[in-house]
Amino acid sequence: MKTVSVENAVALIPDGATLMVGGFMAVGTPERVIDELVRQGKKNLTIIANDTALPGRGIGKLVDKGLVSRAVTSHIGLNPETQRQMLGGKMAVDLVPQGTLIERIRAGGFGLGGILTPTGVGTIVEEGKQKVDVNGKSYLVETALRADFALISAFLADYLGNLSYALTARNFNPVMAMAGETTIVTAQHIVPVGLIAPDHVVTPAPLVDYLVANG
Amino acid sequence: MTMDAQTIIAKRVARELRSGMLVNLGIGIPTMVANYIPSDVRVFFQSENGLIGTGAIPEEGMANPLLTDAGGKPVTALPGACTFDSATSFGLIRGGHVDVTVLGALQVDAKGQLANWMIPGKMVPGMGGAMDLVTGAKRVIIAMQHTAKGKPKIVKKCGLPLTSVRPIDLLVTELAVIAFPDGRATLMETGPGVTAEQVVSATEAELVLPAKIPEMQL
Repeated sequence: MKTVSVENAVALIPDGATLMVGGFMAVGTPERVIDELVRQGKKNLTIIANDTALPGRGIGKLVDKGLVSRAVTSHIGLNPETQRQMLGGKMAVDLVPQGTLIERIRAGGFGLGGILTPTGVGTIVEEGKQKVDVNGKSYLVETALRADFALISAFLADYLGNLSYALTARNFNPVMAMAGETTIVTAQHIVPVGLIAPDHVVTPAPLVDYLVANG
Repeated sequence: MTMDAQTIIAKRVARELRSGMLVNLGIGIPTMVANYIPSDVRVFFQSENGLIGTGAIPEEGMANPLLTDAGGKPVTALPGACTFDSATSFGLIRGGHVDVTVLGALQVDAKGQLANWMIPGKMVPGMGGAMDLVTGAKRVIIAMQHTAKGKPKIVKKCGLPLTSVRPIDLLVTELAVIAFPDGRATLMETGPGVTAEQVVSATEAELVLPAKIPEMQL
């Protein structure tokens, strides 16, 4: 694990990168990294995230600036700008049921090829997908997702990179922290090693590549 | 005093909940259900962004930015609440651990199938957690107004994309309570001051009419 400035962390990310971004309606999204992506003008990004938040918040800031060419997400209903760009052909949007999206990410991080889920069977979600029967019940094969970078927001990080999360800001973060080739973390508080008790560490330190310095 | 449609629906749905149940409420009328649960009934409310034990909206100035509902709005956590990641949250949902989900709808059809997530070419918000909830919850209750601008929402067959092939269990509107025994829409109760004939005329789907159809208790 390396500690870096937010400028240097974002400088690692090339145009056209695939990014997993933690957060649920921008709660638990690493806003400082998003702001720096906007400042450095990283473009043609593929974003894998629960939602695209709202204009002016979280991932919505990337959408506002036209930096996202594709979004893999479960919900865009609260971001009219995403819908406008999708309908105008400026952004591709792959809509994925929320429980399927998180499991595809988990599969990616856990070394699985994908998962079998009953969600979406018999609906337009099953189009183009393999369907299998197990013990008389139908499931869709949903393939694993990985990303070039996972952008994670934690509540506490220690100097080794162990992470814990707070309340509903946890959401997609710990799952995504396992599914990026490179994991970049911002934390509300960076604390001495040992301060997060072993039982309270949610993301183990070896998963974290870069911890963005505070202050 | 006459009650508005949304209040009738929310009050009637609230009567379906029992102490100890794990319950997920969708946005809109379903959210209002929480306001009408009797004080001796203690249910666990799940918010799919990772919380069981969702409490009331915080007083002004008391919101915690890291504690929100699935719409990103501030909530509180009751004593005994717990938080978890999204994989666990949807494991609860898909795994059949949620006793009841209450959702809104665009259309419900004669067999109880549901469309509630998109109008092609017009409204494409994404399905969010709806498909998982309808597929995995033990009981699916739809809370919606009976018609939309005079047009029936309870139709012969859903024309809009389905949320799941799994039929819903109960439909509550301001005019009726409808269940789907043997895969057929059946009028179980009528709304306050509403006749079965009025329900039938506001419903496109064919309704089975039992000999006795009581009025909703609220």
